[in-house]
Amino acid sequence: MMRLTRLAAAVAAFAAAAPAHAERLVVSLSAHRVLINSSFTGAEPVLFGAVERDAASATRRGGYDAVVTVTGPRQDVVTRQKERVVGIWVNAQSRTFLDVPSYLVVLTNRPLAAIASPDALQRLQIGIAQTPMVSDAADDPTTDAFRSAFLRLNREHGLYREEANAITFLTPNLFRAAIELPANAPIGNYEVDVKLFADGGLLTRQTSAIEIVKVGFEQFVASAAREHGFAYGLATATLALLAGWAGSIVFRRD
Amino acid sequence: MQIYLPIADLPVNVFLIFAMGIAVGFISGMFGIGGGFLMTPLLIFVGISPAVAVASVASHIAASSFSGVIAYWRRRALDFALASMLLIGGILGTMTGVWLFSILRTVGQLDLTIGLSYLTLLGAVGSMMIVEGLRAIARARSGKPADIRRPGSHTWIHGLPIKVRFKQSKIYVSVIPLWVIGFGIGFIGAIMGIGGGFLLVPALIYLMRVPTGVVIGTSMILTLVTMTGATVMHASTNHLVDAVLALTLMVGGVIGAQFGARAGQKIRGEQLRLLLGILVLLVGLRFASDLVLQPSELFSLRPLESRQ
Repeated sequence: MMRLTRLAAAVAAFAAAAPAHAERLVVSLSAHRVLINSSFTGAEPVLFGAVERDAASATRRGGYDAVVTVTGPRQDVVTRQKERVVGIWVNAQSRTFLDVPSYLVVLTNRPLAAIASPDALQRLQIGIAQTPMVSDAADDPTTDAFRSAFLRLNREHGLYREEANAITFLTPNLFRAAIELPANAPIGNYEVDVKLFADGGLLTRQTSAIEIVKVGFEQFVASAAREHGFAYGLATATLALLAGWAGSIVFRRD
Repeated sequence: MQIYLPIADLPVNVFLIFAMGIAVGFISGMFGIGGGFLMTPLLIFVGISPAVAVASVASHIAASSFSGVIAYWRRRALDFALASMLLIGGILGTMTGVWLFSILRTVGQLDLTIGLSYLTLLGAVGSMMIVEGLRAIARARSGKPADIRRPGSHTWIHGLPIKVRFKQSKIYVSVIPLWVIGFGIGFIGAIMGIGGGFLLVPALIYLMRVPTGVVIGTSMILTLVTMTGATVMHASTNHLVDAVLALTLMVGGVIGAQFGARAGQKIRGEQLRLLLGILVLLVGLRFASDLVLQPSELFSLRPLESRQ
């Protein structure tokens, strides 16, 4: 019901804002909740998008382009740099990036540069380099070592990604995209933003969401550890003593 | 089979962790030590963050030392009076250690401190054990009798005040060095994720002249209490104890220790000490290489508390 209302609201807003483009975008995710249990090694929910046209729609000779941006829960991240101090490597300088996405994946059907002009991408904040990331120090985004290291490490961990051929158009008006969530993707709410382009211009956009939650035993352990640290510690210690006691009974030699 | 560790936040192969538990348990049973100084580095080397490794290994050592305490208790090879004096310092030391651990984590120097501590401690202890082991083997070869420590040889330690007579150990010593030793073991145990048996046993034998019959059991009481305390304190302050990881290690460790103890009885004492010395030194060198060689990645990321 919520989704329907939201969809209806989006359509209404869209109709009011841009009556010239009559394309409508309908998106659907194979899963809105990804559950982390003890065998979790990553997940890959699939997004389907359909372009609905009506009589007012212009003919798009170049076809449609789609951009799916998935943004994970925001957090502050400290980036530290090691330096050699009297022969050993220690963490020296650091830079904190404030309120940055923990996960940022941009999926497209062809390279971003081919979809829209650099100006348009910058204005719409599409792409990793175009996403604003504020740090606690004034720096020049193009040359800063901390910023490039921050982006590079997140890329290496599979958390920041741009994929130019991750969206497949099944028919000219229907596309699918697999959103790869690695095992290290943090829990929380993921915003899924789908934009539809044609001839370098944004036609319409649609949002959805994925939630990553820990369930069952994992959830129980994680929340117990965070919220009831003392009791959790006592329980773990008791478990340890029981294991030790059981060991001494089972393997009693005398 | 992969399992997802809820606190370490990463999937690991459960058989790998289990096998590590057995291997370290085997070595600890063989040498009569807790094995924390091997387990914590191994976990760090497979990719678990040093902070989670240290906190989780504490509960693993608590389990194995409890097994040990029960075994020694059955043989009445424990000195509870002596242990309680060590514990006064030990509990204070653990609290100080956990407190410093939290501070170092906040300022981003925890991993470095853990690495440096391992390097220093294991390098020094390992070298000493190797030298001592080689000497003992040379002595045995040349047919000379082993160096018998005379109980009468006193040092300045025996001149300290507040002397107490420990009946079970048949010693009359000041409690001040006992408090200091207990504090030191509790402190480094909380920071490094080790029980400290391999330091405590020699300290009690050589400094305090505790008879060898009761020394291991008594030192295990200290290890048991400081590590149980460290588990609870790490869990309530830093929220870093991974119970799934710890339990897997415990089960492997308890099993491995039994086989290790049997294997240990077949090897001669001097050779055993030499082997242990080499092992300790190797782990220390591994930390040295990590600190001294230029890392392939100079940068690291650490998320602060997420905003939700």
